Formats: sequence, C-alpha cells, structure tokens
Amino acid sequence: MSKQPLFEIKNLKRYFPAKGGKTVKAVDDVTFDIFPGETFSLVGESGCGKTTCGRTILGVYPKTSGSILYEGEETAKMSKAQLRQFRRRNQMIFQDPYSCLDPRMTIGTIIQEGMNVHFKRTPAQRNEKVTELLFKVGLTADFASRFPHELSGGQRQRIGIARALAMEPDFIVCDEPIAALDVSIQAQVINLMIDLQQEMGLTYLFISHDLSMVRHISDRIGVMYLGSLVELSPTAPLYEKPLHPYTQALFSAIPDVHRGKKEQRIHLQGEIPSPINPPSGCKFSSRCPYAQDRCHEEAPALRELEKDHFVTCHLAAQL
Amino acid sequence: MDSLLTVKNLNVSFNTYAGEVKAVRGVSFDLGVKEALAMVGESGCGKTVTSKAVMRLLSRSGGIIKEGSRIEFMGQDILGLSTRELNRIRGSKMSMIFQDSMTSLNPTMTIGNQIMENIFTHEKTTRQKARERAIELLKLVEIPNPETRLKNYPHQLSGGMRQRVMIAIALALNPSLLIADEPTTALDVTIQAQLMDLLRSLKERFSMSVILVTHDLGVVADFADKVQVMYAGTIVERGTVDEIFDSPRHPYTWALLSSIPGRAQESKSKLYSLQGTPPDLLLPLQQCPFAPRCQYCMPICKKAIPKENFLTDTHGVACWLQHPMAPKVTPPAGIGGYDHE
Ligand SMILES: Nc1ncnc2c1ncn2[C@@H]1O[C@H](COP(=O)(O)OP(=O)(O)OP(=O)(O)O)[C@@H](O)[C@H]1O
Ligand SMILES: Nc1ncnc2c1ncn2[C@@H]1O[C@H](COP(=O)(O)OP(=O)(O)O)[C@@H](O)[C@H]1O
Ligand code: SF4
Ligand code: SF4
Ligand SMILES: [Mg+2]
Ligand SMILES: [Mg+2]
Repeated sequence: MSKQPLFEIKNLKRYFPAKGGKTVKAVDDVTFDIFPGETFSLVGESGCGKTTCGRTILGVYPKTSGSILYEGEETAKMSKAQLRQFRRRNQMIFQDPYSCLDPRMTIGTIIQEGMNVHFKRTPAQRNEKVTELLFKVGLTADFASRFPHELSGGQRQRIGIARALAMEPDFIVCDEPIAALDVSIQAQVINLMIDLQQEMGLTYLFISHDLSMVRHISDRIGVMYLGSLVELSPTAPLYEKPLHPYTQALFSAIPDVHRGKKEQRIHLQGEIPSPINPPSGCKFSSRCPYAQDRCHEEAPALRELEKDHFVTCHLAAQL
Repeated sequence: MDSLLTVKNLNVSFNTYAGEVKAVRGVSFDLGVKEALAMVGESGCGKTVTSKAVMRLLSRSGGIIKEGSRIEFMGQDILGLSTRELNRIRGSKMSMIFQDSMTSLNPTMTIGNQIMENIFTHEKTTRQKARERAIELLKLVEIPNPETRLKNYPHQLSGGMRQRVMIAIALALNPSLLIADEPTTALDVTIQAQLMDLLRSLKERFSMSVILVTHDLGVVADFADKVQVMYAGTIVERGTVDEIFDSPRHPYTWALLSSIPGRAQESKSKLYSLQGTPPDLLLPLQQCPFAPRCQYCMPICKKAIPKENFLTDTHGVACWLQHPMAPKVTPPAGIGGYDHE
C-alpha cells in the first residue's frame, strides 16, 4: 500500500495498575498502520487488549509509551485546537447500544448533543440535520421524539451510529457493534456500516470476535494475543493461510454452517495466561503446540513473511 | 429409535399487565435416546420457555402450561407429577444448564460445596464419597487441579471454567436428558469449541440425549442430529441437520441461513437481512406468523395458518409454499449446500 496512512501506531503500550503493585499489560508493544478508507479489524479472545487498543488510539486512555501518528502528526503533541478537531473526526460506537444512550433524553437530543458543540447551526438547521442523520441510518424522522427504551437493539445501534456520524468523522472505532444483536439484525447493521463507508469514505477500526463477519467486512486484520499483535495481514491470505500457530487454532475453532469441507480443529491447551504475568519469550509459548526451547527464552519480532503479511513467530516459515 | 421425551401440543402463556403473552403455541416434538436436538430462532421465539416447560421450571416466572399440553419423559407424565416427584427427577434424570453461569451459581458457596449439595439432595452418601465424586466430576469436565478448585468461589474462575462447573453439576447424577440453553453464547470461539467438544464426548460416554438452545447456526451444524427452527412460539421447520442445512424449505430458515456471510460471498457485498420484527405474542395467530416479513407471502398465507407438511419422516415444514398448488420457488443462492468452495 502506497497511500499515506491515517494512523501510524508504533510500539504502543498501555498498562493498567493492578492489585499488589503489579501491572496489567493490556496493550504491549503494538505496531500497525490504518489506511484511509479501509476497514482494519482487531480479533482475538476476550481480554487480549482489543478495546484498550482502540480507546488508546482515540486518546480515551492515555498511552503508557509508544507513538500514535495521525496524518503524520504525533497526537500527543497536538495543540488544543488540533485536539478538538481530532476528537470530532474520530468517533466510537459500542457493543451495548443501550448502556451508552441516556435513557432520559430523546433520540433527537442524543444525536445533537455532541454536534452542537462543534457546528454552529440554528435550531431549525439542527432539526434538519437530525432528520437527515436518522434517514441515513435507515430510520424515520419521528424517531427523534422517542426514548431509547422504546427502540429495539438494532434500532439503538443505529442511533449510536447516527450520533457518531453527527460529528462528521472520517474514522470510527466500532467495538463489538453487533455482539449483542440477533443474526438477522447483525446483517442489517453490517450492511449499513458498509454502505456508509462507501458513501462517505469512512475508515473503520472494527473490533469483533465474530470471525465470519470480520472476514466479510475487513480489508486487513490484526490478530492479538495477550496484548501483542501476533499476525497482521490482508483478509484473504489470513483466512486462506494463517501463519501464526495461534491464528491457526483460533480460525479452526470457528463453527461453520458451510459444511462442505471440515478442517481439523486444533486444540489449545489450557486457558489464556494472565496479562499480569505473561509467559516469558513468546507469549503464546505456554499453549503453542510447536513451542521449542528458544520460544520460552526469546520473544519473536514481527516480520514480513509474505508480502504485507506479518507474523510474530520464530518458526512460522517452517510450519 | 426409542423415544425419551415426547412433547405434544405444548402451549405456554404469561399473564402480563398488557394481557396474555402466548409464548409457546402448540409445539410438538420427540427426542430419542442419545439424540441431540437443537432449537434455533431469533430472540423471543420461545426456545427458553419450551425448555423450561420440559423441566417444569416455569412457575417461578409466572408461566402457565395450558390445558391440553402433554409432556412425557421416560414414560412418565411430567405435567401430572407432584413437586416431590419432580424434584426427584430434576437434576437426576434431567438437568439444565443456562447461559449465564454467574447468576446460576451461588456466589457465596465454594464450587465443591455446590456440586456436593446437588449430590446430597438425590443420594444418601457420606461427605467423603460426595467429595470424591465432585473431584471425579471436575476431572470429567477437564478442570485442572480439581482438589484445589473445589475450594474456589465462582468469581475466582473464568467464564469458560464456570460453564464447566455448571456442566459438572448437571452431570453429577448421570441424567438421561441434558438441556443446554445457550451454553456458550457469552464465551470466546476457542473456549466455545472446547466446551462443545466436551459436551459431545460426555454425551457419547453417558448415552445422554441433549437439547441445545442456541442462535449460533454454526454450533448447531457441528453438534446436533436434528434441528427445529422456531418462530413466534411455533416450530416452522424441523429436520435432520443435513435436511435443514442442505435443503431448507421454509423462508424463515432461508433468512436465518442467508444472514450469515458465506465463505464464497464477495467481501463487503450486501448481506441478506430480514426486515421487520417477529409478531406481537399478545395477539392471536390467524395467519402464517412469518407472513408480514416473508418475501414469498401469498394471499392464502394471510388467511390461514399453514399446517406442518412432512417431506420425509423427519423433515417437516409449516409453509404454504409446500402446497401442490403453490408456485415453485427456489431458495436464495448461497445457502443450502451451494456454498461449498
Ligand atoms: N416471565 C415472563 N413474563 C412475560 N413474558 C415472558 C416471560 N418469559 C418469557 N416471556 C416471553 O415469552 C417469549 C419467549 O421467550 P423465551 O425466553 O422463550 O425466548 P427465547 O427464544 O429463549 O429468546 P432468547 O434467544 O432471547 O433467549 C418472549 O416474547 C418473552 O418476552
Ligand atoms: N480500566 C482498566 N483497568 C484495569 N485493567 C483493565 C482496564 N481495562 C482493561 N483492562 C485489562 O486489560 C486487558 C485487556 O482488556 P480489553 O482491552 O478490554 O480486552 P478486549 O477488548 O480484547 O476483550 C484485560 O486483562 C483487562 O482486564
Ligand atoms: S514463537 Fe514458538 S511458541 Fe511462539 S508461536 Fe512461534 S512456535 Fe509457537
Ligand atoms: S406460509 Fe406464506 S408467508 Fe408463511 S413462510 Fe410460507 S410463503 Fe411465507
Ligand atoms: Mg472489548
Ligand atoms: Mg432464551
């Protein structure tokens, strides 16, 4: 890819303090780029650091170290005015569309709230904008006077999207946006996200553990394990030929309705270690079926094994 | 195949402020010994209520099993049993595990005591024997270091381990029927795969029958022998796994299968999405329940409820399209075995 990245994330770390003076290494030295107009997805098991990574990129959590370049500029060094613009242009939608909509506010007020701070508009123009946004997410103008509890899960998720779009963003972190929805409604929300992306040139950071949906919507994917990126690749090669032993196991666990060909499931031993006390050397070494002495001692670096396809594993080339 | 469970014309209602919610409407099915049946369908279609009716667990939530319903389990009329007789069967002959292990385990009791308590309610045995059995059960569900784990409280375990403990409790007395209501929904794919493998091997080992409630069709395809697709409190299609996934006949089943992105589907192309919502269960049913959302809806569909029509001994479809006079329609591309790469 030759385009200038929208985000360049380099050696990003985000640690949280834990009981007894310990630290949770939620995001531990992660490096990747996000290009304008693409959907970049983060996948991995619960607790591996996906949410923390998304929030740190947006500045919701301060980073512990590393750098985040936005259009080539270090976000930490932005002026107040630049930061204001940054906050407007980079939005987030969440897993549980209910808990983040104020139950006492009408949908109209919820959608307007953030945008009124950034855009000078007359009340009539504001209402017009709300109608336009509702329309954009497939709802009608009369939703503006309703309350969140009167809406279905899919409709609430649309409100979450409308509220983000109200800021006229170019980048949206979508954190498990369909996890709480029924299959038929998941498809509606994903279709809407794809339409909006094509129409408005949006860039997405998509976080999900639904690996079939990730395959459908993503241009490139980062696979996380215990706070680290273990594999980074465009979508097709990743699903056709995952290179990292963890990705191979993760993908082999996808239950599949398309039962033409059944692949052998790879069984992982035990559960994910705690991010307070990750294994030394390669973080996956405690569960990796191929682990050797070297893996327990030396942490593998992210390397490009095939074009645009990166992996963090000593042995990936031989497997 | 010998029938373990027979449900006939099950009707369940809730009396609410707004009126009578008819949650389950005339559901009938059979479950054979060692069979695995999956119930699928959108949220609110009656999967949990049907399962709880079989366990007679509805009274606490105010559910009423209506006159004319029949549930027979191992030759016994479940609906005619006294509370005492029910308690003897529940937990020993049939068990249920729920989606949310955190709320169904007692947070103030060690898991060892919870497993043992269940054993004591059904068997006269010594504490020592019950403890040994508890350890054996934790081993069975593949929990490492069972002796130390016995002393743990639920919050000290991960979600996957809690679900294993739930399975251990459910299996303590070798039930003939296990009902698992969304046992893996809250879990990661890898943990889900481990648990489903575990359930499968336990089912074989103990010759159990299993009813699996889930909305993950992938899990169904991997686990079940037969499937029933529910909609608005009724079964709209049933069949073996092959029949449902390779030659589905009901437009609602087509809709469910099409909303999942297929492997061969072009990336970022439109996913099929079902518009609208299931019907209000307060209202009586006078037409095909799926008619308002069905793209194949014909005038007859709005006039009369379609009867279930059996294409094979196992494959039943409740849809007017099966009528000899209905137009021939082909299912949407990409489902029903068309998607093999
Ligand atoms: N205690 C109750 N009081 C009133 N209505 C209820 C009660 N429990 C369930 N219902 C209604 O009965 C219907 C079927 O509910 P059920 O819990 O069986 O759905 P389900 O298929 O298991 O859905 P999900 O996939 O969301 O678990 C729903 O319309 C629900 O709102
Ligand atoms: N605010 C916080 N304080 C302490 N630890 C946290 C906080 N947020 C997340 N963590 C921990 O960081 C790790 C990564 O969490 P998260 O980013 O939420 O994972 P994911 O989104 O991949 O499930 C987990 O171990 C989690 O418990
Ligand atoms: S570096 Fe070693 S332990 Fe880590 S994934 Fe590769 S083979 Fe497995
Ligand atoms: S009976 Fe009619 S409305 Fe109902 S599913 Fe069949 S075609 Fe559609
Ligand atoms: Mg998260
Ligand atoms: Mg349920």
